[in-house]
Amino acid sequence: MRVASSARSRRRPPLLLVILAGIGLALFVMPLIGLLFKAPWRDLPELLSGPTVADALRLSLLTSIAATGVAAIIGVPIAWLLARVEFPFRSVVRALVLLPLVLPPVVGGAALLFALGRRGVVGEPLNQATGLVLPFSTWGVVVAVTFVAMPFLIITVEGALRNLDTRYEGAAASLGAGQWTVLRRVTFPMIAPSLVAGLLLTWARALGEFGATITFAGNLQGRTQTLPLAVFVAMESDRDTAIALSLVMVAISLTVLIVLRDRWWGAS
Amino acid sequence: MTGGLDARLVVERDGGFVLDISIEIEAGMTVALLGPNAAGKSTAVGALAGLIPLERGHIQLGDRVLDDPARGWFVVPEERHIGVVFQDYLLFPHQTVAQNVAFGVRGSRVQPGGSVSAWLDRLGLSELARRKPADLSGGQAQRVALARALITEPQLLLLDEPLAALDVTTRAQLRHILADHLRSFAGPRLLITHDPTEAFLLADRIHVIENGHITQVGTPEDIRLRPRTSYIADLAGSNLIEGVAADGVISVSGHTLTAADTKAQGPVLATIHPRAISIHRNHPEGSPRNTWQTVVRRIEHYGDRVRLQTSDPVPLTAEITPGATSALDIHEGDSVWVSIKATEVTMEPGSSVAAVAPSVDDAE
Repeated sequence: MRVASSARSRRRPPLLLVILAGIGLALFVMPLIGLLFKAPWRDLPELLSGPTVADALRLSLLTSIAATGVAAIIGVPIAWLLARVEFPFRSVVRALVLLPLVLPPVVGGAALLFALGRRGVVGEPLNQATGLVLPFSTWGVVVAVTFVAMPFLIITVEGALRNLDTRYEGAAASLGAGQWTVLRRVTFPMIAPSLVAGLLLTWARALGEFGATITFAGNLQGRTQTLPLAVFVAMESDRDTAIALSLVMVAISLTVLIVLRDRWWGAS
Repeated sequence: MTGGLDARLVVERDGGFVLDISIEIEAGMTVALLGPNAAGKSTAVGALAGLIPLERGHIQLGDRVLDDPARGWFVVPEERHIGVVFQDYLLFPHQTVAQNVAFGVRGSRVQPGGSVSAWLDRLGLSELARRKPADLSGGQAQRVALARALITEPQLLLLDEPLAALDVTTRAQLRHILADHLRSFAGPRLLITHDPTEAFLLADRIHVIENGHITQVGTPEDIRLRPRTSYIADLAGSNLIEGVAADGVISVSGHTLTAADTKAQGPVLATIHPRAISIHRNHPEGSPRNTWQTVVRRIEHYGDRVRLQTSDPVPLTAEITPGATSALDIHEGDSVWVSIKATEVTMEPGSSVAAVAPSVDDAE
């Protein structure tokens, strides 16, 4: 007969599990090590100051920050409506909003092209009315990147709004605060940690976006060639530059993870 | 000029629950809405504050109509001028004490000499002005919630279970301070509570609410002596006796009561449940520490229970079965013996509100 005891639960985990987990972990660690070993450390400053790299870095920062800003302005209202207002087909709307999370970005970019391209359903009248051409422009990059990254903000903020005790908003209203004042002084400050986390995740995803950008906005240096696109191009011609750019992106990603550590992996 | 509250609240909630109550409160008067959990008290708070619209009925505060569905009239919460001390206080966690108090003030700057610092001062919160709500004790949080509500100069003060979040000893102390603040508020005041002692000590009139309906309205004395439902009899029908305790002996207007609790000293409020009181025809045998002879003033029947009111030296309400009443052959005016075990006399520090001098310190 087996006797359950606290000592038993503390015995070593099954060896097979440890081995399999080790292989899994290696999958994550090996590329990083490969990158670090192949890195041309001495030439790094020179590689990173070349015109292609500088353009890509500038463009990536510009478009990812713009996309995060756009997501904040139009994504937070979506999150609020999904969390607080009961409307018909709400679950359908939520599924649509979250679609870019699972949709291959290339497909997203192609779909954007069909809709907003020069001959697109919306793009053609838009072009005729305003002269605006989105594809193959920097704004096109912002649109593509927002499309892919905004769901991260929406799910994070919607979750936070659902967890917020709405009685606080009632308390604020009883003190004379109108709906906008309640949002500004109570709701948003109370969900601030989630809002910041959501914006950071959105920004990190925007920075790394590749598929939708290259399909919808193309690969024009200085206009639409962001860091991931520059890495892709450099892999064909200039490995050292590709590695240098990759290191920059790894550094940014790690920084985001460290900033978000309490939220995502500091819980244990 | 502050006016009274005149409201009939009809709200239907999911699951078939219906709240249908009428409340009238004159300015300067405290009414308690006393009832068990899930009786509809929170719904009533929501309806008055404008967070839950009425289905039927009306809310009139002074000369303003706040809600009247029949005429399609509804005033939004932020324009009702109702000061609410919410259950759990709901202080904004991201703001300091001073910012919380300043929340309802237009252009809310925390200026020295302004109304915010005056209110902080008045409630003894000046020292805590820079603290966050997470660093406050329950009593301190309650005062912040009061200051935050009162600074807006509301026309109705609504207190939703203001003492429920506190531990028992703090509760007894804060009840007196709360009473002082209630008295200093000129408009109508509504106290929502499930605690009969709180209702008895703080309210001029009590509305008992059960399952969404008012089952009895009366002064605390009425409710205590003539409870109309078994809930009220059980919870609110207890004997409350003011006295002065010394080593387990409570002096009550010349008479003494013995209690098992020897710790309490000074003014106390003793509670004896009506079912803990035995009635005898002759001097009882045995060990009860409290025994005296008295006269039955009144006998009332409530279904399977009978409530007797006895007269001097310590007027009490006792509850016995109809069987016991007929076995003892008791009638109004009869002389009987009362006995109470010392362990059935419970007490807490403090006396009734009227006997306490105003004080702002709450010994935390």
